[in-house]
Amino acid sequence: MLDVYGTKLPSRLLLGTAQYPSPAILADAVKASCASVVTVSLRREMAGGRGGEKFWSLIQSLRLRVLPNTAGCHSVKEAVTTAKMAREVFGTNWIKLEVIGNHDTLQPDVFGLVEAARILREDGFAVFPYTTDDLVVAERLLAAGCQVLMPWCAPIGSALGPVNVTALRSMRGHFPEVPLIVDAGLGRPSHAARVMELGFDAVLLNTAVAKAADPVGMARAFGKAVDAGREAYRSGLLEPRDVAVPSTPTIGRAVFQ
Amino acid sequence: MKLIVNGEAHEVAAATLAELLAALDYEGNWLATAVNSDVVHTAERAQFKLNDGDRIEILAPMQGG
Repeated sequence: MLDVYGTKLPSRLLLGTAQYPSPAILADAVKASCASVVTVSLRREMAGGRGGEKFWSLIQSLRLRVLPNTAGCHSVKEAVTTAKMAREVFGTNWIKLEVIGNHDTLQPDVFGLVEAARILREDGFAVFPYTTDDLVVAERLLAAGCQVLMPWCAPIGSALGPVNVTALRSMRGHFPEVPLIVDAGLGRPSHAARVMELGFDAVLLNTAVAKAADPVGMARAFGKAVDAGREAYRSGLLEPRDVAVPSTPTIGRAVFQ
Repeated sequence: MKLIVNGEAHEVAAATLAELLAALDYEGNWLATAVNSDVVHTAERAQFKLNDGDRIEILAPMQGG
């Protein structure tokens, strides 16, 4: 079972809660996916508003671990303050740390990310950093105290899937003992299966499920793909070969003249 | 007192953060607050004095990815 910050997760799928057609479909999709963790956020509440209360009640009814994010934060200060506010509201020291560096690509500001991670780890947070596949940044995040890394495989919401398999494979190879969760860019269940086959420990996704024509069906499909990819990795995959190799035994083959 | 609450200007007679929340009809234990970009915890709101021009953020749980 995947162990992150001393917590064992029964499922290797972490699911986002945004962009679903309705709260009911969100709840059904989460259940169908068999996700063990859902991500949430904090946003401005209107005066007299009760939207936050309704959403929080729905999430609590799912009885899963909650991973709040710092989505939309572009500075260390914003991210740290948001993390502290999330800890109070959601009652967890888990934080998906995002420090965004570019409006268009939503790629992480890895310099700010490392600094924010250090501050939050010293303050007792279990930091899940949304990062790139850069190995040096990964080293710095680990040095800052992170025990989990969450590399993107493509820009958030792009549905491109793993665009740099070589880099992901390299990351897995460099950090064999660190839980690595692919976060962002997955568009299809086959993408999830692919990164799980590479040996990644889990995946975190949102848009591919929420914006599907049938989010519940797609959630179920992703759940199966994650399980299939994990089992394939554990079972030892056959490496590609350049020549054909017959699968049917050639010994005892009949010869017809 | 002139305050900026969630990005909007307000003229409110509130000495503390707790009084401001009550005056603007904010209630519930699911809210998080910050003043001038620093967190103000629930237990501190009643004692937290506001000053003219303070920027207050009042956040609640929301969908996220």
